[in-house]
Amino acid sequence: MPFKRYVEIGRVALVNYGKEYGKLVVIVDVVDQNRALVDAPDMVRGQMNFKRLTLTDIKIDIPRVPKKKTLIEAMEKADVKNKWESSSWGRKLIVQNRRASLTDFDRFKLMLAKIKKAGVVRQELAKLKKETAA
Amino acid sequence: MAPRKTPVKCRNPDLIRGVGKYSRSKMYHKRGLWAIKAKNGGVLPRHDPKPKAAAAAEKPPKFYPADDVKKPLLNKRKPKPTKLRASITPGTVLILLAGRFMGKRVVFLKQLASGLLLVTGPFKVNGVPLRRVNQAYVIATSTKVDISGVNVEKFDDKYFAKEAGKKKKKTEGEFFEAEKDDKKKLPEDKKEDQKAVDATLLKCIEAVPDLKAYLAARFSLKSGMKPHELVF
Repeated sequence: MPFKRYVEIGRVALVNYGKEYGKLVVIVDVVDQNRALVDAPDMVRGQMNFKRLTLTDIKIDIPRVPKKKTLIEAMEKADVKNKWESSSWGRKLIVQNRRASLTDFDRFKLMLAKIKKAGVVRQELAKLKKETAA
Repeated sequence: MAPRKTPVKCRNPDLIRGVGKYSRSKMYHKRGLWAIKAKNGGVLPRHDPKPKAAAAAEKPPKFYPADDVKKPLLNKRKPKPTKLRASITPGTVLILLAGRFMGKRVVFLKQLASGLLLVTGPFKVNGVPLRRVNQAYVIATSTKVDISGVNVEKFDDKYFAKEAGKKKKKTEGEFFEAEKDDKKKLPEDKKEDQKAVDATLLKCIEAVPDLKAYLAARFSLKSGMKPHELVF
């Protein structure tokens, strides 16, 4: 499979550094070989260094430097949010955030749930073992 | 303070700092003190000092100290009441960080006048009795127990004070005998208090699933847990 994540207009990228850390942005223009003009529905359009951007597989169909309205429309049409959240990368980030926000009591309940799950698994495994042995 | 409607004008404005526009005698006339004096027969009215209670006749001391004894300086400083951390409210589950109950999760009941926190395990659940702890040695979690039904009015710092022990003079023979029946025992009424608090608290705790087991378990850091990044 050839390489497909290009820096191009309409490429969705994840910000990995700075104030907008963790935000999904769209490249709407390329300023020079170091910087791109990026935009998102809830931010002011601005330039950002490519070092701060991690490109994703998602690409939307927009003209160069679209209006906010057309950008939002295009993002909705391409279903960016759902695509991102159902991708393994997006899911991983969601899980990481969720785990980081667990309180002490939540962590304890999680521990209990894990024990319970392990018990069920063990029982089922024993059952299967018995069947194969017999 | 409500702002004044009209700015206060000084009747004797400063020319330069410390030197007023009018002289002392001119101000005397401007302020109308002469009129008050004239009304009172030439003197400014004043209150008579209250008659002081006659001091008890002091006995002359039997001896004088050989050296000058310095009087300690007057200290009027009153310490401010300890601020309770905002994350700690009545019913908060706390994690104890020091002492023999280190790592235990306990329920905060109230702050005492000394600033210490009154906590209980409850004793029935994890063995922590009604106890005072400093809030510095505690992590507040976001878990709260509803303790509205628990009566903690009778607990204050005096309740936890040590009983003044009687010093018994011992004879030589008794001195070497081990005190057997003298071992400290918790007075019955304190046990009763603990039971009374625990009974109502336990009901509240059992209403929330898993909470009892949570309180019974000790907290500890496992590998990979970064305490500065944890949410409690």
